[in-house]
Amino acid sequence: MKIPSSEITPEHIYHARPQSRRRFLQTAGLVAGGALLSACAPSYVEPSPTPIKPEKPVTAGQTDELGDAITGYDAITNYNNFYEFTTDKQAVARLSAGFVAEPWKVQVGGLVNNPKTFDLDELRKITPVERIYRMRCVEAWSMVIPWSGLTLNRLLKLVDPKSEAKYVRFETLLDPTRLPGQRDRSFPWPYVEGLRLDEAMHDLTILATGIYGKPLLPQNGAPIRLVVPWKYGFKSIKSITKIELVADEPVSLWMKSGPSEYGFYSNVNPDVSHPRWSQSSERRIGEVIRRRTLMFNGYADQVASLYAGMDLRKNY
Amino acid sequence: MLAWTYAKITKRPNLMVFRIFVHLAAVLPLAHLLWDTWRGNLTVNPLQDWTFRTGDWALRLLVASLACTPLASVFGFKQAITVRRALGLYGFGYALLHFFIFVGVDYRFAFDLIWDDLATKRYILVGLAALLILIPLAITSTRGWMKRLGRRWKTLHKLTYLAVPLAVIHYIWLVKADLRDPLLYASIVTLLLILRLPVLRTQISQFRQRLSGKFLH
Repeated sequence: MKIPSSEITPEHIYHARPQSRRRFLQTAGLVAGGALLSACAPSYVEPSPTPIKPEKPVTAGQTDELGDAITGYDAITNYNNFYEFTTDKQAVARLSAGFVAEPWKVQVGGLVNNPKTFDLDELRKITPVERIYRMRCVEAWSMVIPWSGLTLNRLLKLVDPKSEAKYVRFETLLDPTRLPGQRDRSFPWPYVEGLRLDEAMHDLTILATGIYGKPLLPQNGAPIRLVVPWKYGFKSIKSITKIELVADEPVSLWMKSGPSEYGFYSNVNPDVSHPRWSQSSERRIGEVIRRRTLMFNGYADQVASLYAGMDLRKNY
Repeated sequence: MLAWTYAKITKRPNLMVFRIFVHLAAVLPLAHLLWDTWRGNLTVNPLQDWTFRTGDWALRLLVASLACTPLASVFGFKQAITVRRALGLYGFGYALLHFFIFVGVDYRFAFDLIWDDLATKRYILVGLAALLILIPLAITSTRGWMKRLGRRWKTLHKLTYLAVPLAVIHYIWLVKADLRDPLLYASIVTLLLILRLPVLRTQISQFRQRLSGKFLH
């Protein structure tokens, strides 16, 4: 087994990056708390719009805050779970190549004071962020991905959720002509996912529009997708057309098709087993040896408080 | 043994061609897997490819071995019997490889993790059961054991009818969404087992003989 040299973190980066990232994440937690308190504040005015542009180009060898090297672009764009195209992870890239993701509209509504439909340019004007996150698939493999996009809380504040809004419901484009996998009737299309409002407002939760500083490719959920790094990958719904604030817990596609296997929360949890895959360990793509899976995918310091007092075995 | 095979083969060249074909067909998937590994043709998750492909071929070859008897007794393709044991052993070989890739390469003998999986994942339990059942069958597959066990040999080797369905259940339980492939295996195995029912076996072969009789007259 050969690991390309680009996958190995140079020592100076290994030692230098984690500290600053960790400090960033600590403040991120505080910011998220503040965001929560202001969630119901009157409509939010977006300051100085700036176009999405990576602060610095993403390069192989960069690491996340734990010192894990980012996964190669080729792996990220050629090993995908996107059942709207095919269930074959390797074939998604090929089958999605002709998918046209522009123009695109994201309808944000439901229990909000200012429902609004955003086009991509409007979304790009919302303060851009760059995040390197671990992505842990429920199938027990993982990657480290450099995302660009916007925090979901910024978008939600623009539409101003009403006080009755307790959850956020997301929907993928429903169009079997463009997403041929949706002709497979064994799934209750469209893909639906949901978050509790506090999870959605958490600063770690982003809507991604790019990877490696480049616009998202169709196989990764172009043009805009959710990224919730402490939950299994399937929660991070792709190619979103609809975001709705709702009062009741949304029923996701996976909850509908396998209620005993997939719960609403789907937090990465090495102690809660899944009938098919080991959740206590995982294979990082590019590595041979399994590594132990971390509670909340390593984001416990930032998100564990969201679930204080909850039985995570029941709320899986 | 060799002399016996040689004598048999020289008398029936077609049988030789058939048997060589079967042996090649059984070894090629492994060669292909090694080739793909060497050439870097696997996915970014190569261990999963090894696991899946050895598992797939274990099941295919075991099912093929299970097909030999009905092919001969019901459909009159007598040559099939000559490769039944080889197919079963190849299937067992791939299953063993599949097992060692899981335990030794994937989990690096981390028995705490393996134990976790064994305790919580029913598909691993039935997969292991299938493999354990196949071990005594592989050991007693030689001519010597056949003689030593006499009539009991046949009874013992009926355990295949348990092992192969368990392997299919292993496949059904591990699949996340698309059940088409495992259910295809399930229906083929069910059919192969049904064809062994004495009533059906005689009915079909009589029907077949009547049919060929018609063509003869």
